[in-house]
Order: sequence, then C-alpha cells, then structure tokens
Amino acid sequence: MKVSKYLLLAVLVLPLALAGCRGGKFQSQPVHPNMNMDQQKRFEAQEKNEFFSDNRAMRKPVEGTIARDNLKEDKALYQGINEDSSFVDQIPVDVTKSFIYRGKDQYEVFCTPCHGIAGDGNGIIMANNYGYVPAPSFHLERLRNQSDGYLYSAIANGIRNMPSYATQIPVKDRWAIVAYVRALQKSQNVSEDEIQEYDVDLAALEEDYQE
Amino acid sequence: MAQIFPRWANEVPQRILLGLIIFATATVAGVWYYFSPEYTDVGYAPEQPIEYSHKLHAGKLDIDCQYCHTNVFDSKHANVPATQTCMNCHNQIDGQNKPKEVQKIRDSWESDESIEWVRVHNLPDYAYFNHAAHVNVGVGCESCHGRVDRMEVVRQVEPLSMSWCLDCHRNPEQNVRPVEEVTTMGYKPEKDQIEMGRELVAKHNIAPPTYCQSCHY
Repeated sequence: MKVSKYLLLAVLVLPLALAGCRGGKFQSQPVHPNMNMDQQKRFEAQEKNEFFSDNRAMRKPVEGTIARDNLKEDKALYQGINEDSSFVDQIPVDVTKSFIYRGKDQYEVFCTPCHGIAGDGNGIIMANNYGYVPAPSFHLERLRNQSDGYLYSAIANGIRNMPSYATQIPVKDRWAIVAYVRALQKSQNVSEDEIQEYDVDLAALEEDYQE
Repeated sequence: MAQIFPRWANEVPQRILLGLIIFATATVAGVWYYFSPEYTDVGYAPEQPIEYSHKLHAGKLDIDCQYCHTNVFDSKHANVPATQTCMNCHNQIDGQNKPKEVQKIRDSWESDESIEWVRVHNLPDYAYFNHAAHVNVGVGCESCHGRVDRMEVVRQVEPLSMSWCLDCHRNPEQNVRPVEEVTTMGYKPEKDQIEMGRELVAKHNIAPPTYCQSCHY
C-alpha cells in the first residue's frame, strides 16, 4: 500500500510543479517536435546568410543603380530643390487637411523625442539632460522664415548634429511633416487680425486655456 | 492439480483497468498541457547580443513603436531597426546605465557589421504573416506582443499557434481598436470593447480569412 501512496503523491505533485513553468521565462530555443518545414532553405528579410562575409542575406544595391519606377526625376519632390539648386519655397504636394494630419502623426512618431510635441525643442531627450546637443525651437524667427525646401532637406539629409531620416521617413511623409511644422509655427505666431478673419472666439479660447 | 494462477491474480484485471485509466488520462492531459505552444513557446526570452531595454526606450522615453520598427504599416515584415537608427541618438548619448552596450552599437557602426539579434517571435516559414494587413485595420501591437513597454528583455507572451490566430480571426471584435491607437500601450477603450469592436469591424469592412490559402498558400 505504501508504494501506491507515493505514486499518488507523485501523480498530484509532479504536474503541479511542472505547471509552474508554464509561461515562465526561458532562454533555450522552444522545442518543436516536427521542424520539417519550419526553417526553409530560403532567406527572408533580415535573415542570416553565411555565404557572404558580412552574414547578411539582404545585399546592398550597387551604388548608382536605379530601380524601375524609382527614377526620382522630380527634384522638387525628392530633394526639395529647384533646377538651380536653391530650396523650393512651397511644398510640391497638394496640402490637404488629411495630409497635415498625416504629418502630425509622423511628427509625433519621429520628431517629438527631441523637438517636443509643440515644436519648442523640449522633447524628452532634451528635457532629461542625456547630453544631446539641444534642438532649436521651430518658433524662432530664423526658422519661420526658411523655405519649405530647407525644412525638407533637414529631414532628408540631416543638418549639423541632426542625422538624416531618409531611411526612416518616406518622401511623402517628409513633406507632410513639413506641412505640420508650418502649422505648429502658425499656432505660436498668429496676429489677432488673422484669427478674427476666421471668426475665432478669442474670449472662449482664453477661458478654455485658463481651465 | 495445483492452481495455475495464484490467489492474488484475482485482482489483476481490476488493477490493469485502473492503471490504464490513470495512464490514458495522464497521457491525454500531459500532451494537451505540455505539448501546446503555450507551454513550449510562451516565455521564450533569449539573451540578445546587446542588453537592449524596451522598458527604457518605449516605456520611460515613450518613443513610438514606429520610430524603430518603421515598416510595420507598409510591409509584411516589421523590421528590426538598423544600426543607423540607434546611431540617431547614440552618436551623442552615451547611455547612463549601460555604456558598454552603447559601445557595441558604435562598434557595429564603425565596422559595418550587423548586430545579430536573436529572433523571439518566429513563425514557421510555411505560415505567411503580414504585419501591415493587421495594423492597418486596428490590431494593436499589444494584442499579440504584450506590454513590450514593460519588458526589460523581450519575451513571447502569446503562443502564436494556429488556434490562437483563429480565435481572433473568428471573433475579431475582441481585439480591434481604432487605427490611431495601434501603437498605444495599455490602451483602454472608451466604451465596451465588443460594442466598439463590432462598429470597427463594420467600418473597416474587416473579414478575417479562416481558409487555408490566406496563410499557407
């Protein structure tokens, strides 16, 4: 009878002990009994390929090659410059309301960490003193008077300490961000006449702000 | 003539029956429990070449998921950021907690050698998964990857098994949210999730496929 008692105990306790492991952290590769076609002999994006010395399956394109449908002929759109290499004054895309909202989304993803949600250069990286060169406020006279192409170029090519965001932000979105930065600048610098032109109730706005 | 079977043999059929019942139950329960991806896959948190902390970057610094994983809305593959993305900030920021780890990034930048991150969420190659198709109709990052903004080391929190996929494909209203909120961690719907989910499913015309061809070709 003693043996079956131990057996009963083992039957009860063992699964409980093993059950404790469920969902717990572990470092070894998960065990999959049938690995037949799990890892196939082809390469997906960002996989490792030991054939090449740098172990990358993704190869860098040869410099100077142009993909189909990717000529980027339109200098104003792709580089933000005119034929004479001066910055374009105006955004070369139709600026619609949804375009500006797209710009807002993208601004809040890529730009707020440094430039801040209001464009005043008070992003979380700056506010916490991590040692990054301070980002300028967009509400400076100097930046308000720059052409749209200049702002585009800063995103596409980087400027001084700011790196290029060309790999992270697609062309249309860069222009959308420029449009939104313009809107941000407006938000901080509008004359009273101009607000009244659009029939905005200033008193009500101020009251809102006080609350 | 002596008896062939001794007296105790009387109990043998009963014991065999009892033993079989216990054995069968244990086998079925054991396989059901221990062979499921909830046991084998959930919690997989391999050591990475760099002690990168999502808790710091996505949680404390509140950087949006898309800043690094730029292609989720456009591509089937949600990219691991290139070293260049790290260098956006870490060309100047030394890292107060782990300067050694930041140095590895700079070495990678100098030497042009890729950082060999270990993939945590790895579907078999015969299952086609598309990130863009999911996030653009409002499946939040959190629904499949958990609270990444609270993870020091990324671990798998959902089984990524086929039945888990199908649970949602059959009842998408349980998990969809407004597309603007996809990258929000800890999103709480303003009203009832099911009610809102049904509206969103109707609005975006969501008809999640449950046939083989959609994922397995």
